[in-house]
Amino acid sequence: MDVRDDRLYTKSHEWVKKESDGTVSIGITDYAQDLLSDVVFVELPETGGTVSTGDEVAVAESVKAASDIYAPISGEIVAANEDLEDSPEKVNEEPFDGGWIFRMKPSDEGELDGLMGHEAYQEMCESEE
Amino acid sequence: MGLRTPLYDIHVAAGAKLVPFGDWDMPLHYGSQVEEHHAVRQACGIFDVSHMLVVDLAGEGVRDYLRRLLVNDVAKLDGEPGRALYTCMCNAEGGVIDDLIVYRMRDDWYRMVVNSSRRETDTDWMRARLGEGFPGVELSERRDLALVAVQGPKADDVLLPLLGSGAEDVRTLKGFQAAVTATDLGELFIGKTGYTGEDGYEIALPAEAVEAFWSAVVDAGARPCGLGARDTLRLEAGLNLYGNDMDESTTPLEAGLGWTVAWEPADREFIGREALQEQRAEGPPRKLIGLVLEGKGVLRSHQEVVFPDSEARGEITSGTFSPTLEKGIAFARVPAEMATAGTECAVVVRSRELPARLVRYPFVKNGEPAYKT
Repeated sequence: MDVRDDRLYTKSHEWVKKESDGTVSIGITDYAQDLLSDVVFVELPETGGTVSTGDEVAVAESVKAASDIYAPISGEIVAANEDLEDSPEKVNEEPFDGGWIFRMKPSDEGELDGLMGHEAYQEMCESEE
Repeated sequence: MGLRTPLYDIHVAAGAKLVPFGDWDMPLHYGSQVEEHHAVRQACGIFDVSHMLVVDLAGEGVRDYLRRLLVNDVAKLDGEPGRALYTCMCNAEGGVIDDLIVYRMRDDWYRMVVNSSRRETDTDWMRARLGEGFPGVELSERRDLALVAVQGPKADDVLLPLLGSGAEDVRTLKGFQAAVTATDLGELFIGKTGYTGEDGYEIALPAEAVEAFWSAVVDAGARPCGLGARDTLRLEAGLNLYGNDMDESTTPLEAGLGWTVAWEPADREFIGREALQEQRAEGPPRKLIGLVLEGKGVLRSHQEVVFPDSEARGEITSGTFSPTLEKGIAFARVPAEMATAGTECAVVVRSRELPARLVRYPFVKNGEPAYKT
């Protein structure tokens, strides 16, 4: 299982990465993509909308199951990864890079403090196994 | 912990993702369900289906018994031994108790393979019917047998060289025909049947011999495939799944299985005949039909099907993402008046209506799109 130390994590297996322009990008973790296996469709959020922490924002579907992806913080959706429309398998192949799902502008950066660091996330996954 | 097939340890060693399936712990996939699916469409895959039950019926009166028990007519199997047919077993109301394949091995020996989830219901039902005038028939549940399917266009190339002098018997099998054959991998019950839409075999053999058999076939090039791929393959091939597409509350006529009912000869009194004949005369209120999503997405059972300018509603009974077509495909049960290929409809997915079209399945044949609008 791959966990990156340059980003934050949620209990529902999203990763959150601060970008240099003040936005954050969000995807699902390597652990989550492995559980889902073979992602064949990603329902992307519409950009411009405002969401609150815990809202269902996107859906990753494998052949067998659909998995909701939640907003890790409150804010505005500023981008969605349209590459996933034709290549949803990127979520499996490169979950931390080309498989990013959407980007948000946080309404309160302080909310990021409520997320897990990479060590805490790794421990959580290990205890789930 | 669920029941384990004799191949459980092999699945674990191969890195299978094991999931509860009915009472069993079964492999869902061994890494990628989609790659396993393609392996069967393009080459050869091997499946452990030992959760299914082999039931042997033998003795005096067995042919008459089965002609009463099953909606299809085992008289069609008279003649050359080993021939098989697909049928439903219905209750008196015409509801489907199970779907199964029955093989005629000898005049006084028939074999069936029934669904795992229905094995107790089936054998209880069959025993009760034995008590209604068939004292000479003996039913045995062959839990001593493991079941494996080897499927795909290269199934012959992979399997036959392993069988030694038994290969010729197997090579000459026709579709829906089985034989018991001595091979270099032991004595096999081997039928040219399957649940994938591809050529291939379903094989029953003693549980203690199945590990060696499995390993030999995998070493020869068959890819281990889980129940995930089995489901997408059967859906593409237009094959029903008990519990999803039919159950005791649906008749064969409402499940796209009217063709399995042998109406002739008219004097054969099979269980369910009266109810089914009545429904046939009136026309079934609902029918099963194929459905293809026009845009992107994945279909799932129980999603609602709606029609433009109509109050009619249908329901997806089995849905998936077709790895071959790269589209959402499904079986849908819809009101009979809507059940025409080409009809425009929509599927309600997370409160949104996604455009779709009703089609005639199979969705895929010989690896190519085959559905008709």
